[in-house]
Amino acid sequence: MSEKRIDDVTGTETTGHNWDGIEELNNPLPRWWLWTFYATVLFAVIYTIFFPAWPLVSGATQGVLGWSTRGEVARDIAQIDEGQQQYREGLLSVDVHMIRDNEELQNYAVQAGAALFRNNCSQCHGSGAAGAIGYPNLLDDDWLWGGRIEDIAHTIRHGIRNEEDPDARFSQMPAFGEMLTEGEIAGLARHVQSLPDGADPLSGPAGQLFADNCATCHGDDAQGDPEIGAPDLTDAIWLYGSDLASLEDTISRGPYGVMPPWGERLGEANVRALAAYVHQLGGGEAGEPRSETNVEEQIGEGDVPEGAGRTGGDPSDPDEVPFPEEASGTD
Amino acid sequence: MATNSDSLYAARAPIFPKRVSGPFRRLKWQIMAVTLGIYYFVPWIRWDRGPDLPDQAVLVDMAGRRFYFFWIEIWPHEFYFVAGLLVMAGLGLFLFTAALGRVWCGYTCPQTVWTDLFILVERWVEGDRNARMRLDKAPWSARKWRLRLTKWTIWLLISVATGGAWVFYFTDAPTLARDLVTLNAHPAAWSAIALLTATTFTFGGFMREQICIYACPWPRIQGAMMDEDTLTVAYREWRGEPRGKGLRRRAVTEAAETTTRAAGPQIGGRSPAIPMPGMPTGVGGPIPDNAPGDCIDCNACVNVCPMGIDIRDGQQMACITCALCIDACDEVMGKIGRPRGLIDYIALADAPAEREGRAPRSVWRHVLRPRNIVYFALWGGIGLALVFALFIRPDIELTVAPVRNPTFVTLSDGAVRNAYDVRLRNKHGEPRDFTLGVTTSSDLSLSVEGVAGTSVEVPADAQALTRVYVTAPAGAEAAGGDTTDLRIWIMDDISGERASAPTTFNGRGTR
Repeated sequence: MSEKRIDDVTGTETTGHNWDGIEELNNPLPRWWLWTFYATVLFAVIYTIFFPAWPLVSGATQGVLGWSTRGEVARDIAQIDEGQQQYREGLLSVDVHMIRDNEELQNYAVQAGAALFRNNCSQCHGSGAAGAIGYPNLLDDDWLWGGRIEDIAHTIRHGIRNEEDPDARFSQMPAFGEMLTEGEIAGLARHVQSLPDGADPLSGPAGQLFADNCATCHGDDAQGDPEIGAPDLTDAIWLYGSDLASLEDTISRGPYGVMPPWGERLGEANVRALAAYVHQLGGGEAGEPRSETNVEEQIGEGDVPEGAGRTGGDPSDPDEVPFPEEASGTD
Repeated sequence: MATNSDSLYAARAPIFPKRVSGPFRRLKWQIMAVTLGIYYFVPWIRWDRGPDLPDQAVLVDMAGRRFYFFWIEIWPHEFYFVAGLLVMAGLGLFLFTAALGRVWCGYTCPQTVWTDLFILVERWVEGDRNARMRLDKAPWSARKWRLRLTKWTIWLLISVATGGAWVFYFTDAPTLARDLVTLNAHPAAWSAIALLTATTFTFGGFMREQICIYACPWPRIQGAMMDEDTLTVAYREWRGEPRGKGLRRRAVTEAAETTTRAAGPQIGGRSPAIPMPGMPTGVGGPIPDNAPGDCIDCNACVNVCPMGIDIRDGQQMACITCALCIDACDEVMGKIGRPRGLIDYIALADAPAEREGRAPRSVWRHVLRPRNIVYFALWGGIGLALVFALFIRPDIELTVAPVRNPTFVTLSDGAVRNAYDVRLRNKHGEPRDFTLGVTTSSDLSLSVEGVAGTSVEVPADAQALTRVYVTAPAGAEAAGGDTTDLRIWIMDDISGERASAPTTFNGRGTR
C-alpha cells in the first residue's frame, strides 16, 4: 500500500502512494518555491497588521494604517467633487440661458442633471421623462408654465402649488362639479374634446359655458396661458387624459397637481444643471427669459382669476387644498 | 531531477552553459538581434498622422482608447482585429508546435532570448564554462566580488532598459523619456519599469530554466500538441550507442573493425552518410552488437545546454529545443570524422526506419501533413480575412440606438416624434461636418437636438453622440401606425463619403 521503491524507468524514488497501480514519483520541489511560499505567509502576516483583516463579532480589525475601502471611496468622491467645483461655480456665474453656449459647461450640466433627474424627478416624471397621467411629459413641446430654460429652472427651484415655498408657481382650476350640472359638464367635455380639431371655442351652448367659465384662464382661443399654468386646450396633449370620462372628471374636480420645491434641497447649481438637462430633452424653447419681472411675478395663493365659476364663489382656501393624488384624477 | 534524496526540496543546481558555435547558434544570435531590436526601438519610430493625432508609429493609447500601428488605427469597437490576431497567434503556435516542436521556446520566447543575453554577459564578464564553475566554487574574494558586481550591474542595466522600453509603447516615447529623466513621470510608469526590471533581472539572471520547468505551462501543453511526425531535437541513440571514449573505445573499435572488414566497403560498421543541414542523416548497415557508437561521451551536448539536461536521455519536458546541442555535437562529429547529425532534428516516426538502416522520410513529408496544412489554412484564412476587413473599413461610421423610454412622444400639433441616440465616428485626422438624413417610404422628417440644421461637427478621430429626432406629422401613416422602417444616413460634407444604419419608427399604434 505505502511501500517506497525506485521506479525502473526514471530511477526516481516513488512516494509510496499507489492508486490502482499508478504511482507518484518523489521529485523534490525547487527550494525557491518553498521560500516563495514562506514569503507569501510573511506577506499575509504583515498585511493583516496593516490592513483590515480579521473578522470579529461586529466588524473587523482595522489595521494600523487605518485604510478602508469606504474611506477610499469617500476620498475618490471628495476628489471628484473638488474637480467638479469649477463647473458648479461656472453654472452659478452665468445666466441660465447662456449655459448652452459653453460646451464644457453644458456637457457637465446635462450629465449632472441626468443623474439628479433619475434620483429626484423620475419618481413622478418617469426615468425617461415621459411623465404619466397627471404628471407632465417633459419631452414634448407643450409647457404648462413655459419651456424656456429660465422658466424650467424657476419651476424646479420653487415647485408648483406646494405650501413650502412662497414663490411656488400657483394657480387653481375650480372644481366645476359644484358649480355646473352634470349635463353642462358633459356638454363642456364634448366641446373641449373637439377643440383640437379646430372647433370654435366660443360657439354653441357649450361655447357659452366655455366663455363664462373657462376662457378667463384658458383664453378665448382656448390656447391657455403659461403665465398662470393654464393648459392649451387646442393641442394634442392632455395631462389628465382626452377621453370624455377623463375630461368630465377633470372639469368636475379641478386638478391640483403639486410639485415640491427643489431649490433648497438640491442647491442652485444643481437646479440649473437639472434645468439644462430637462431643457435639452426635446421640448425646450429657445430664447431669453420674458423679463425678470415676469418670471418672478407669480400668481399668488388663492389668486384665482375673477369670474371663475358661474357663481363667482370665493376662491378655495389654500389650507384646505386636496392632496395631489385626490386632485390629479389619475384614476 | 532524478535525485534519490529524502529531501522534499532541492536547491537549484547552477548551470554553466558552454560557448558553442554553429549554424543554429548563428540563427539564434540573429533572431535575438532582430527580436530585441524590435522590442527596444519600435516605440521610437515616428509616423505622421496630422496635427491632432499622435505621431508614434506603434502606440497603445489606453486613455484615448486607440491602438496605432503605422498606418492602421484600431478603435475599441474594432477590437475583433486584436481578437483575430490572438486567434492567429494561437493557431500559429499550433502550427509551429505540430511541425517543429518547441521552436517558440527554443528561439523566440522572451525568457529564452533574455536568458541568452544574460548568459552572454555572464560569459563575457566571468569567462566560459570552466572559469565560471571555478569562480562559483571559489570563496568570496575581492576578485569574485568585482566580477559578480560587474555582472549584476550589467544585468540590471539591461533589465532597466527592458522595463523602460515597455512603457514607451503606451505613451509618447520622447515625452515620457523626458519625464523620466526629469523625474516627472507618472507613478504608473515608474511602477511598470520597477516591476519589469525586477522580473527581467530575476528571471533572466537567476531563475532561467526554473521558469521554463516550473512556472511555464507551455511544456505541458506542448506534450499534447506534438506527435510522432513533429520534427524535434533528439539523439540518434541507435547510432550513438554504445557510447564510449578513450582506451575502451579504441579497444572495442579495433575489435569491431576486424569482424566487419570482410562484410564490405563499410567504414566503422556504417555506410558513409551524406550530411545535410536540417535533414535527418541516413545511416545504414547492420551494426555488430559490441561496436562502439558514434557518441564518444564527450558531454559537449550537456555542457552547452542552457537547461542543464542530457538530450541523450530522450525526450523530456525540460528540453526547450534550442538546438545548441546539435551545434556542439556536430562540431565533435566533425573532429572525429563522423557525419553530423548524431543529435539532430528528427521526427520520432522515422526512428524505427533509421534503426533498421533505412532512409528516413523527407522533411517535407513530415511538415506537409494534413494536420499542419489544416492549421496553416485556418491561420492563413483568418489572416486574409483580417487584411480584407482592414481594407474595407469605412472612415465614417454611425450606430443608431433608438430611445425606447418612451417609445414615442406626441407633440402639441399631434405629430409623433421618435428619438435616436446616434453615435457618429469620424476616423479622419481632422474635424469633419456630417450631414444627417433619413430615407423611408413614409413622410418622416429629421432634426438634431441643439442644432439648427441637420449638420453636426465631429472632432478629429473621435466619436460624437448626438440625439436625432424623427417626426411624423399628425395625419401621416407612420404617426398612427405600428412601426415604419427607416434608414438614417450620414454624409461627410468634405469627402462625400456616406454611411447609413437601419432602424424603425414607432407610431401611436405601438402603444
